[in-house]
Amino acid sequence: MAVGLDFNGTAQQVNNFVSVSIQFDKPGACKARGSDLRVHFKFIKMKLDTSGLESTAPFFGSSNELLDGFSAAPFFEVPNTTNFDGFQKEAIQMVKPAKGTTTLAFIFKEGVMVAADSRASMGGYISSQSVKKIIEINPYMLGTMAGGAADCQFWHRNLGIKCRLHELANKRRISVTGASKLLANILYSYRGMGLSVGTMIAGWDETGPGLYYVDSEGGRLKGTRFSVGSGSPYAYGVLDNGYRYDMSIEEAAELARRSIYHATFRDGASGGVASVYYVGPDGWKKLSGDDVGELHYKYYPVTPSTVEQEMVEVAGA
Amino acid sequence: MTKQQANWSPYDNNGGSCVAVAGADYCVVAADTRMSTGYSILTRDYSKICKLADKCVMASSGFQADVKALQKLLAARHLIYQQQHNKQMSCPAMGQLLSNTLYYKRFFPYYSFNVLGGLDSEGKGCVFTYDAVGSYERVGYSSQGSGSTLIMPFLDNQLKSPSPLLLPALDAVTPLSESEAVDLVKTVFASATERDIYTGDKLEIVVINAEGIRREYIELRKD
Repeated sequence: MAVGLDFNGTAQQVNNFVSVSIQFDKPGACKARGSDLRVHFKFIKMKLDTSGLESTAPFFGSSNELLDGFSAAPFFEVPNTTNFDGFQKEAIQMVKPAKGTTTLAFIFKEGVMVAADSRASMGGYISSQSVKKIIEINPYMLGTMAGGAADCQFWHRNLGIKCRLHELANKRRISVTGASKLLANILYSYRGMGLSVGTMIAGWDETGPGLYYVDSEGGRLKGTRFSVGSGSPYAYGVLDNGYRYDMSIEEAAELARRSIYHATFRDGASGGVASVYYVGPDGWKKLSGDDVGELHYKYYPVTPSTVEQEMVEVAGA
Repeated sequence: MTKQQANWSPYDNNGGSCVAVAGADYCVVAADTRMSTGYSILTRDYSKICKLADKCVMASSGFQADVKALQKLLAARHLIYQQQHNKQMSCPAMGQLLSNTLYYKRFFPYYSFNVLGGLDSEGKGCVFTYDAVGSYERVGYSSQGSGSTLIMPFLDNQLKSPSPLLLPALDAVTPLSESEAVDLVKTVFASATERDIYTGDKLEIVVINAEGIRREYIELRKD
């Protein structure tokens, strides 16, 4: 609550600090019992260091008629670029973490655990808090979405179609290796055209659990633990710390949920609902979907703090 | 050698806002009727809403030339579907068709921000919301266009329902009745008109329910 008040202020300079003491004039403005409120500010007086502006380079040539009588001008190095006003912004943009999301997947003893948040952002605007980032390609394979939502949705659906056609043509299910290769080859052919896809293909086939990371640069990696998106550093921290190969399904699900929660806590581009899926020999099953706001209070419940002084309504005025 | 910059853009933004709200057995789709370019108004009486199928209506804001092309394409595809399947397209099917149509122009997009509203095959209200390249999602309510950043927080406040991603699932249907939803939409546009220069003139409201489709027009501020 903002209160506009008159104040008597005194300022003194003591050494390099300026001390300001403010007293509130109206006794009823603050409802603490009896006393007035005193506030102190300290300002540090700035002493500017101008040594950097003095030129250190010696003059070329012993004497120069034009420069006699002129003092040395400060010399700044100018970057050799065509876009002088915007190159720094471009550099920041280049390093900026793209793909505002957090998704993760890992293989453990019982199968594959896949988890993701559900926030979609357009710049700084949250366009949706309920995006399905875990895409069900077929009953035993899942794909995660990071990057362009339309790109991921469209190409995962396309992959599902290709997998189904493979089943019909070959009378058996496609392997996770095969499915991820199909997707990677498509994305590689569109390389450089601006698609943004950072996905993980997780599934269970004849060789057991499988997990591949595929992206729009054309990369395809086989692995046991991945996290993709702007929140992935935070998720990796929790995931790598708590990971053991021989976990039970409940432990693995809780680890996945916690990792997503911590990522949504620290990353502005991640949030919404943390979904956790498990892929086992019988296919995938959704284990949980929890609002991360509620998860916060579940993990860190509010403890009522002991009250030292209670503020009481003053009768009348 | 600096990259050559284009001195002409194929796109223009004609402004405007669209809203759709889904209920238990109805769907409300609304859009203003102002068409602008830059700071000028081209017309005060342009409909952004198009009936694609019996129980399926689309409202689009953005570049109206692209919207017109999109509407024509979808209408043609619907006609072919009717010839081949001897029935009308359901709203979810039209939703998928629109998504694919938008994505096919991924590298030269339709500058069109759409909301699709209608009844699904069970008669429940459904709303689909899209981005310019086809990513879509079924939701309980949505707004698109120049006023969407003003409208959406208000709709979140009034209509926010539990996310469909929650497990165990919670029912996500808007608890409002049809007349309450229509009043809400009128209020929303009155507010958006106050603060968005591209929204105003007239409001066109389309209500889809089991009886059919009905249309209403409300005057908005013309400044």
